[in-house]
Amino acid sequence: MVRMGAILLKTGLLALGLGLIAGCSGSWNNPYPGSDAHANVLYSAFSERPKHLDPARSYSSNEAEFTGQIYEPPLQYHFLKRPYALIPLTAEAVPRPRYFDAAGRPLADDAPSAAIAESVYEIRIRPGIRYQPHPAFARDAAGHYRYLALDSDALAGKRQISDFAHRGTRELVAADYVYQLKRLANPRVSSPIFGLMSEHIVGLKALGDALQKASTAHPAAELNLNDFPLAGAEVVDRYTYRIHIKGKYPQFIYWLAMPFFAPVPWEADVFYAQPGMADRNLTLDWQPVGTGPYYLAENDPNRRMVLKKNPYFHGESYPADGDAADRQAGLLADAGKPLPFVDEAVFSLEKETIPYWSKFLQGYYDSSGISSDSFDQAVQFSAGGDPRLTDSMREKGIHLVTAVAASIWYVGFNMLDPVVGGQGEDRRKLRQAISIAFDYDEFISIFLNGRGIPAQGPIPPGLFGYVDGVAGLNPYVYEAQGGKIVRHPIEMAKKLLAEAGYPNGRNARTGEPLVLYFDTMASGPDTKSRLDWMKKQLDKLNVQLVVRGTDYNRFQDKMRKGNAQLFEWGWNADYPDPENFFFLLYGSNKKVATGGENAANYDNPEFDRLFERMKDMDNGPERQQVINAMLGIVRRDAPWIFAYYPKSFGLRHDWVHNVKPNLMANNTLKYRRIDPDLRAVRRAEWNHPVLWPIVLLAGGLVALVAPAAMAWRRRERTTA
Amino acid sequence: MFAYILRRLLYAVPILIGVNLLTFALFFVVNTPDDMARLQLGAKHVTADAIERWKVEHGYDKPLFLNTQATGSAQLTDTIFFRHSATMFVFRFGKGDDGRDIANEIRIRMGPSLAIALPVLVIGLMVNITFALLMVFFRATYLDLWGVVLCVILMSISGLFYIIAGQYFIAKLWNLLPISGFAGGINGLRFILLPVLVSVVAGIGSGSRWYRTIFLEEIGKDYVRTARAKGLSEIRVLFRHVLKNGMIPILTGVVVVLPLLFMGSLITESFFGIPGLGSYTIDAIQAQDFAVVRAMVFLGSFLYIVGLILTDISYSWVDPRVRLR
Repeated sequence: MVRMGAILLKTGLLALGLGLIAGCSGSWNNPYPGSDAHANVLYSAFSERPKHLDPARSYSSNEAEFTGQIYEPPLQYHFLKRPYALIPLTAEAVPRPRYFDAAGRPLADDAPSAAIAESVYEIRIRPGIRYQPHPAFARDAAGHYRYLALDSDALAGKRQISDFAHRGTRELVAADYVYQLKRLANPRVSSPIFGLMSEHIVGLKALGDALQKASTAHPAAELNLNDFPLAGAEVVDRYTYRIHIKGKYPQFIYWLAMPFFAPVPWEADVFYAQPGMADRNLTLDWQPVGTGPYYLAENDPNRRMVLKKNPYFHGESYPADGDAADRQAGLLADAGKPLPFVDEAVFSLEKETIPYWSKFLQGYYDSSGISSDSFDQAVQFSAGGDPRLTDSMREKGIHLVTAVAASIWYVGFNMLDPVVGGQGEDRRKLRQAISIAFDYDEFISIFLNGRGIPAQGPIPPGLFGYVDGVAGLNPYVYEAQGGKIVRHPIEMAKKLLAEAGYPNGRNARTGEPLVLYFDTMASGPDTKSRLDWMKKQLDKLNVQLVVRGTDYNRFQDKMRKGNAQLFEWGWNADYPDPENFFFLLYGSNKKVATGGENAANYDNPEFDRLFERMKDMDNGPERQQVINAMLGIVRRDAPWIFAYYPKSFGLRHDWVHNVKPNLMANNTLKYRRIDPDLRAVRRAEWNHPVLWPIVLLAGGLVALVAPAAMAWRRRERTTA
Repeated sequence: MFAYILRRLLYAVPILIGVNLLTFALFFVVNTPDDMARLQLGAKHVTADAIERWKVEHGYDKPLFLNTQATGSAQLTDTIFFRHSATMFVFRFGKGDDGRDIANEIRIRMGPSLAIALPVLVIGLMVNITFALLMVFFRATYLDLWGVVLCVILMSISGLFYIIAGQYFIAKLWNLLPISGFAGGINGLRFILLPVLVSVVAGIGSGSRWYRTIFLEEIGKDYVRTARAKGLSEIRVLFRHVLKNGMIPILTGVVVVLPLLFMGSLITESFFGIPGLGSYTIDAIQAQDFAVVRAMVFLGSFLYIVGLILTDISYSWVDPRVRLR
């Protein structure tokens, strides 16, 4: 017993010692070095490793989180203004297109679209902008590039950019933007927007064909893009370039705010094309070279990515023109101050939501989304249905940030299908009846924790063309009751169903029950309840729904061939213009006929005519009128069940400032400001190591081992 | 023995070709090159032209197995199968669809996988053997009975539960260790403590029960009775004789998994943010990255064959009666 007491005493002393160590060196569970506790570093996470960081290839939001901070296209979205507004980034001004007819004569700004053969965007960039430090720019004393003619020996021992001893920079010039435009056509880059842009940019398709030919003829040789002309892009002078667009394409201006149109220096391409570079993962796809406020200092997509402040950043000020709500929210407190605020941003790979959420609560991540598992812990709804944080979250000083995404989810009817498709009055009524039966208000409440708004049409809130409130309701599915939007009663759906030839869900002629088929990629236990819910919606009409689960590839295949009947689909806006949603219903984009984005294969000549008119119009009452007419047509024809506009919920700690959701901009890191001292205090408060479990565990082990040891001694003595 | 090893290695070649062929066939039954291109190019604005260009650039524009457009041996060699498989036999895996060199990636990720798997194996062995020997020592007593009950309970709990409970209690509630993450060198020690602890505890039930069975079988043998008759203490009998003879099946069981330690653990790596090979494989399957899937299956098969050969060698090493010819 004396021995046991000694063991317990030693264990207690050990625990005390550990406690003292903890007290001296901070929190035990801190995943970051203790020396960084007060550093001006923002901590975030990514759940899926980025695939591409080349601005000509990258098209995913998780990649834009990095490329948006590194690369600078000529334009950007204003951080605070709503509706979204474009402002210059590297450009001196937002360019206005000049129009020309087929003979090359200039046309007036209000010339009819049919007369416009070409639009020309002239962009002048600001002088004095420089690239981040990079070995591709490094020169020796004689002015020659140090690292643009390396052999394999010179690359020995070099595995990352930091292994190159010398770095340099150079001024951004207009030719870099033109060079990037050519890269969009390079078959070896595989830009996802090449197909789309070759329809709009003069000569891009021809350049793509020429490059493809050269690549096939000399697969091992490097393609020097400077040797290949692009008719639709010209360098006017050192700081000015022009882009020639076929006809009129007003939405092109939005593309100028995307990294696809950011500059790439030719030196970077030459540097990375050298033999042995790709084998070391030294490619432009993984090691970006930009002019933005940050550069990628550490690129380990398996573990963490680190952005550091670009020492050559040209400078920018925090916006001063916000509205009263922005001022009240403290979003104008930093007006006029130089950007960026944060010195470094560390993004750690966090595949699972549980550790991510726990680390956020411990203060090791500065902001977080809310997964379904933790929603109830974080958010509760008031009697009026407004979301607010739970008491435990508020006590921690956490703030809730919500925004309606510029996205829509819908259930599409395949308009080529003989049962639900087509423009006949009976089929239209059938689709309207089903649209009423699918109660998406209930769906949002059950499956999305209230994170969505029932959709009234294809245009989500925040975009021009969206009409709020009762004035904007879809009269074929909803009605106004006491100033509120209420779904039509199910009786109306039954009546429409009967008029469509299916009284009580049975074919009036044959007496056969109506069976519909829903094709989905969703499978597994998580989605079963959702699919059951869908079946229940049609049960209200006595219509059977058969769910045909399939994988991603087969689903895409069915859609391309038009073999689906009902399907679920979504769309995120590329840019804040109603054209980017209406084009999903434009006849010339039918998926089966053209491989386009019109997955429902909807084709209404009147709608198409209005679309062609609307897409070229400036925002204003006239455009709104056309949009209203288009909304009227698609609501009546009901090629989609307009399901919901998703709402994003995010959380931030009170040491994070200047957070305003901007669903179009991807370069918002430069606006973030943090208070590292407050964060250090909070982390210390929240992460005191709890030592009694160690003592308890040690005691428990002793309690378990001691009887066994005593029994063993007893047995040994007996044996002896 | 050398001839035996050489023969076994030569046997491995047709096995690896077969595995390669099977992987290839299964992959392309589910995914066509067009599907792969679509997934890589994204969901928006993908044209048929863009798909064709992607296939040409990535070498997926050829027929799968037989190129009837070609002549002579090119009918077999100018195919996707040959062009993407032949180089693997000299361990040149090429590039993944994200453009990163697969061999380089394997080299980088092997360390983190081993940093977890090796301590789990060693500590797990020590803990499980000790626990099993204790149960054998106290066989037919209440300690043995409750030890077995504890083992069955531990075995019955899902591995995921250990991870979530470990993270919740140790990292979140008691703030004793980081909940997830990884770092190289000595700094990485505090990150691997929790996954190692969780993995060892998760393996105690099944490991100890198995070893207990082995030791119980040994303890009834004549040489144990002789040792006791010589007057050796029970501890000496257990650790000197029973453990030594019981190590033969244990050793062979361990040796076969040794090479596979490089491949990592999928769930553990995913939950604890360990950048190892387990998560690499599953990411590639989800992304339909055939180059990586094929390389990892090939590597897994090769290491398994190596493990089996090592097992045979270890048999001859621990049991002098076994001769390899």
